Amino acid sequence: MTGTGSLLRLILRRDRVVLPLWVLLLGLLPQVYLASFQSVFATDADRLEYARVSASNAGFAGLYGRLSGDSLGELVVWRAGFVPVMIGLAALLTVIRHTRAEEEAGRSDLIRATVVGRWAQPAAALLATTLGCLVLGLIVTASMIVAGEPAEGSVAFGALFTLSGWLFAGVAAIAAQLTSGARGARMIAVLVLGVSYVLRVGGDISAVGDGRLDWLAWLSPLGWVQKISPYGADDWAPAALALLAVVVTVAVGGHLLTRRDLAAGLLAARPGPPRAGAGLSSPLGLAWRLHRGLLAGWVAGFAALGLVFGGVGTSMAQIAEDSRSVSDVFNKLGGAGTVTDAYFATTAGICGLVVSIYAIQAALRIRDEEQNGHAELVLSAAVGRASWAAGHLLFALLGPAVAMVAEGALAGATFGDVGPVLAASTAQLPAVWVLGAVAVLLIGVLPRFSAAAWGAVAVCLLLLLVGPLLELPRWVLDASPFTHVPQLPAASFTAVPEIVLILIATALAAAGLAGLRRRDVPA
Amino acid sequence: MTEAIAAEGLVKRFGKVTALDGLDLRVRTGEVHGFLGPNGAGKTTAIRILLGLMRRDGGSVRLLDGDPWAEATRLHKRLAYVPGDVTFWPTLTGGEVIDLLGRLRGGLDPRRRDDLIERFQLDPRKKGRTYSKGNRQKVALIAALASDVELLLLDEPTSGLDPLMEEVFREVIQQEKSRGDRTVLLSSHILAEVEALCDRLTIIRDGRSVETGTLDDLRHLTRTTIRAELTGPIDGLGTISGVHDLTTADGRVAFDVDADALEPALRTLVTAGVRSLVSQPPSLEELFLRHYTGSER
Repeated sequence: MTGTGSLLRLILRRDRVVLPLWVLLLGLLPQVYLASFQSVFATDADRLEYARVSASNAGFAGLYGRLSGDSLGELVVWRAGFVPVMIGLAALLTVIRHTRAEEEAGRSDLIRATVVGRWAQPAAALLATTLGCLVLGLIVTASMIVAGEPAEGSVAFGALFTLSGWLFAGVAAIAAQLTSGARGARMIAVLVLGVSYVLRVGGDISAVGDGRLDWLAWLSPLGWVQKISPYGADDWAPAALALLAVVVTVAVGGHLLTRRDLAAGLLAARPGPPRAGAGLSSPLGLAWRLHRGLLAGWVAGFAALGLVFGGVGTSMAQIAEDSRSVSDVFNKLGGAGTVTDAYFATTAGICGLVVSIYAIQAALRIRDEEQNGHAELVLSAAVGRASWAAGHLLFALLGPAVAMVAEGALAGATFGDVGPVLAASTAQLPAVWVLGAVAVLLIGVLPRFSAAAWGAVAVCLLLLLVGPLLELPRWVLDASPFTHVPQLPAASFTAVPEIVLILIATALAAAGLAGLRRRDVPA
Repeated sequence: MTEAIAAEGLVKRFGKVTALDGLDLRVRTGEVHGFLGPNGAGKTTAIRILLGLMRRDGGSVRLLDGDPWAEATRLHKRLAYVPGDVTFWPTLTGGEVIDLLGRLRGGLDPRRRDDLIERFQLDPRKKGRTYSKGNRQKVALIAALASDVELLLLDEPTSGLDPLMEEVFREVIQQEKSRGDRTVLLSSHILAEVEALCDRLTIIRDGRSVETGTLDDLRHLTRTTIRAELTGPIDGLGTISGVHDLTTADGRVAFDVDADALEPALRTLVTAGVRSLVSQPPSLEELFLRHYTGSER
């Protein structure tokens, strides 16, 4: 472990902007919810009514988790139910960035050749991440107490966030040992996060319904931290379980480290074909090879999501049958459509936003290829800029479409009515394409700021999560393309916004490609 | 004589930094042309302009029979490029990369491909991530050499290769040369390689070409080192312009002499009486050092 201290300082120096940014933003998010709830609910009766309705809404249960009670603190914890996923993501990306990514880049050789212990690098990465998550939790606890919430619940709330980060830092510590590439390690860790989320969603939605599957949430680390139930039960037993899991994963990661060579992975790379197949002879063939893994992952994930959402829709329809009052409330809240229509409109909106991450990820491959020198190689052959970029663009545009169709079709099939549900999902695509096209525009015109495309998704996500609560002005909400797509099946289909969004996406992408053809590569 | 590459007064700026500052480069069809310069001199930038990857800010350039920026795709069917520091897609094997690049250029000769894989002793079944630098270099070289193209642009192609493989590389380039219709632009730091392979060479520094010509031409521009043991006292050697770094002690003299001052210097030595004489022709190293180090221009 020699040298951990100086490596920790190096990490904190390198992440001096990013780390405080996510710690602060995510740590202060509960205050946003708290403030908005305080302003929205004039009386306790309003709050209790809202809590009663929300607690039985499976769509809400899926996104945020189960609402355990009706106190203001519990409502805030529940509304911030998606934040642990974001903290987990930030934590695992930080750990892998400073362990496996360093090894892959060859910088670890340099570091390890100095007076630095075998475990120093992962230890420093884990320390930096766990410290960040600890500060995040302390911010939550302190700000909630200052806002007048009970102390014990606030400590539990902070612990919930901190442990979410720690759990996935531990997962990343193991994932970083398995593959020899950072990309593979990231995929493994994100997959664990995704499965944890889906299991938690399944458990919570089932708990709202007949409760037969609510044990699913116990299989998910995200389920454990949620079971702490701040401001309600303040149960520390699941927290202890989570802490134990952190210790175990970190220990396993440390042990696996001793069983491999530097830069090698535990999962050995197998030899491949000595010759290229017939398909690998064009920019498109190359793009297929580079994108097929990502495509398969997203489609499989969205197919699973579709099954879950469809199943929940079925149980919601039954509940609505059983209880007139619930559907009355829903009709009052949503205005148009039945309970399930509103529900599927919500899930389609969430899926659309999530799949834009894929659109941007796929589009940014263009920039990745440029930065790691692969583009130079391809473009030095008889391949034009446009056809090179078009190969990747095809996956950035059609990949999300395939994922959304898979989700919509399976959700519809499980629910028993494919048409409307599938239409709801596909109606989101023009908005997804706009975000993907933003990435293309940046790559072509402002290549050094390509990563800012992630900011566009983040803004849309924030607008979805807090926009309505903050009662932001209309023009701010309008900034998100997702505000404009018709909320099928709850609303009726309108072609104009869809066509306008497609035209915007086309214009942005065309401008990006034009810029790419005119600029230096690499730039 | 036709020219495969004709660049004149190339200028390229990156913000405030001027990478190329009036570079001239002329490569005749069928020759192996050495392209030398210290790190950061602008070699890679020049090659990227020749490939149409970067746009020039000034000057003119013709590659084969066209404008490398405007007609990149058409011209690239007739050339192959080996980057200096090459990386491949982690999921593709070396064999797949060779085939892919060959096909993207418009086809490669499968017999030649297999022959080159054999000669360079490459395992084509390994994935891109697992190759060492030398092996990645081999993959790029094989992909380029197996393509039937008129022009090869090689940016420090042997960096990372072991001496045995360097020898294979030289043999292969010699064979290309004997075909007579292939032009090679070879950027390199390995002087023995340049001496063995290149017909002519261009030395660039700070984005400008400082010398160009055949090795013999360039040698005339530098100094011969002379060491002699004399039988009598010598006089007047120091006054000849073109004699440098003169040292005399115990009847021995040592000095460097410019090519045009060689004759008067030798006459002076002979007048004094010579017991022994060692004359060292200028090596490429000296040629290099003279241009690489900042003191002399």
